[in-house]
Formats: sequence, structure tokens, C-alpha cells
Amino acid sequence: MDARTQEFLAYVQDGGQVEATDWLPEEYRQKLIKFIEMHGNSELMGVLPEREWILKAPTLQRKLALTAKVQDEVGHAQLIYRVAEDLGKPREEIFADLLSGKAKFHNVFHYPTKSWGDVGVIAWLVDAAAIISQKALLKCSYAPYARIMKKICWEESFHILHGRDVILAMMTGTDSQRALVQEALDRWWAPLMQFHGNPIPRDEDPMWLWRIKSQGNEEARQQFLEGYVPQIWELGLTVPDPNLRRGDDGVWTYSEPDWDELKSVVTGHGPRSQERLAFRARFLEQEKWVRDTVLAA
Amino acid sequence: MTVFEVFRQERKGQPFAHAGSVEAPDAAFADAWAREQYGRRGESAALWLVPRGSIHAITDWADEFDLKYRRVDGYSIKARLKEARERALGPAAESR
Repeated sequence: MDARTQEFLAYVQDGGQVEATDWLPEEYRQKLIKFIEMHGNSELMGVLPEREWILKAPTLQRKLALTAKVQDEVGHAQLIYRVAEDLGKPREEIFADLLSGKAKFHNVFHYPTKSWGDVGVIAWLVDAAAIISQKALLKCSYAPYARIMKKICWEESFHILHGRDVILAMMTGTDSQRALVQEALDRWWAPLMQFHGNPIPRDEDPMWLWRIKSQGNEEARQQFLEGYVPQIWELGLTVPDPNLRRGDDGVWTYSEPDWDELKSVVTGHGPRSQERLAFRARFLEQEKWVRDTVLAA
Repeated sequence: MTVFEVFRQERKGQPFAHAGSVEAPDAAFADAWAREQYGRRGESAALWLVPRGSIHAITDWADEFDLKYRRVDGYSIKARLKEARERALGPAAESR
């Protein structure tokens, strides 16, 4: 590592932030692009499981709220892709890498949604897990990314509330509604526990080294458990992990998540990976004329 | 395509702060996209869209002439004040 890079690293590790116009070490730029691209892809692909429910939502109000949420998430993808473009990766290339499987998106968006209970669990708990990661990005060493995260976190807080409201409506409903929520939680617990990634020490995580992330994977998962397991329990729901408990020191223990499943799912072998990528490919093709028209304007 | 930097004012009277950017073929498209991305929920009182090329940025601050005397940090009075106080209490004070 040359002296200039060393100085840069020390600066970001000391809490310093940099702008798009500053000199950036190539390795830092590449790591940033990879991270930000994956985040943008997750926003874009993440609307697909929920989109399936817009037409099937139980009331007009839910339909409108879900539509607004989908619109927000696509908006987040737009903001995030803009940051990646400024770092040097054109949007066409980002889409090409997404569709070819070269770039990844979050594990939770590779799974099917079987009932309205899944929509509630996604909007409440998947968004809760995501907001923990995103809040940690408010301190990202790359300032343009940290700045757009303010708006994203602000909108995500509304999404969590929407999810909680969906869950509470079902939990205060009939026995079969409560059963739908429990079944959905049973389906989503494993992907939720895998969501923040394997518990590598943060000092070995290159995203922490460059202060792209401001917390380690296990710290994020602990924060999720501490914040949300009590909320799950108080509704009378059961978390499908007999080993889950909070120690006297405030640290949660749990059954080892299936890291092989995580790896397989994010590399395009999840139950809905190929179907959703094919859907995205079809729409990119179908809407090509809009991009062509705008570019010709 | 042009990149327009977006500056957002949250409430009337507050400063405009950089919020992000939109890429558009012209100001009309930039207007539409910025409204959508930065004002949909009434979170902004106003937006400024500035073509990136129109921004003249200054980031280097030369100080060849050591102009510290124009700033608060240019004055370190602690040591001198101590000396002056001691002097006022010392033999010079007794002889007054």
C-alpha cells in the first residue's frame, strides 16, 4: 500500500468522509461500487415479492400503501444507482451484471411469498433488518452515499410502521389470520437470520476496513434480535428456533444459520431467483423504448 | 445526458443542503425526476437543480501568509495571561 493510500485509510478509519471529487484509492472505489451496486439491486429486486400482492391486497387502503412502498423502493434504487454511476459504473453495465448473475442482491428477495402474512412479515421484519444495515450507512466514509441514506432511512421508517400495522391487524383478527402470520414467520426466520451475513470479525471485513460499513455483521444481527424478538414474543408469536435466548450479558444466542443456503441463494439458486431475474429482464426489454426516447430528447 | 446536483431546502428560511443528483437529458426531465425523488412526500420546501458543470468548486485553501491573526485560533493568550497575573501579584505590585 503506497503512502497516499495509507494516509487515505487512516483518514477514513478516523471517521473522515470523502466526496466524489476527492482522490480515491482504486481498491476503495471498487469495493464501494460492489457494495452500492448490491444495495441498489436489492432495492430494485426487493419490490418484486411485494408487487405480486398489489392486485391481491385485502383492502383498497392496503393496495395504495403497498403501491406507495413499491414506488419508494424503486426510488431508492434510482438514488443508489446514481451514486454508483458517479463512481464509474454505467447503469447499463449494472443491469447487465445483475441479469447475468455477476452481481448479487439480498438473500431475502429470492424467496416466494405464499400469503398476505408473508407481506406483513417482509414489510415489518425484513425491512427492520434492512434499516439496521442502512442506519449504519449514515456514517459511511463515502459522503454522497451517506447523504442519500438519510432520505432512504426516513422512508423506511414508514415502511416498518406499515408492516407492523398489517401484522397487528391480522394478530387481532381470527385464528386463521394469526396462523397465517405464524406460518409466514416460520418461513422467513431462517432467511432473516442469514440476512446480515456470516459472523466474520469486523476487522477482517474489507467493507469495515474502508469504513464503508460502520458495524460488523454480528453486531447488526444482535441489534435486530434485541430490537425485534421481544416485539415478536409480545404478540404471542413463536420464533422457530428452540436455542434462541438472551443471555444475562444482553447477548443473544441462536442456532447456527445455514450459511450454505445463504451462499447458494445469493448466487442465483434460490427458489425464485431465476424467475425474478427473468421478470426484470422482460421489463428492461419492454421499456427500452422509453429510455431511447428520453436519450433522444 | 447531464448530471444535475440537487440541493434541498427542508423548510422556508433554512439553508439549501446537497441531497443527491439526477441524470437527465434536459432541465424539464430533471425537474420531473427531482420532484419525484426529493419532494413526493412534501419533505422539501424548495429544490435547486444545478448542472454539475456549472458548479465552480473550491477545495484548496492556501495560507502562505499565515493569516491566523484574523481568526480566534490565531490568539493564544493563556501563557501571557498567566505571566501578566503573576507579575501583577509579584514584587512589582508590592512596590506600588
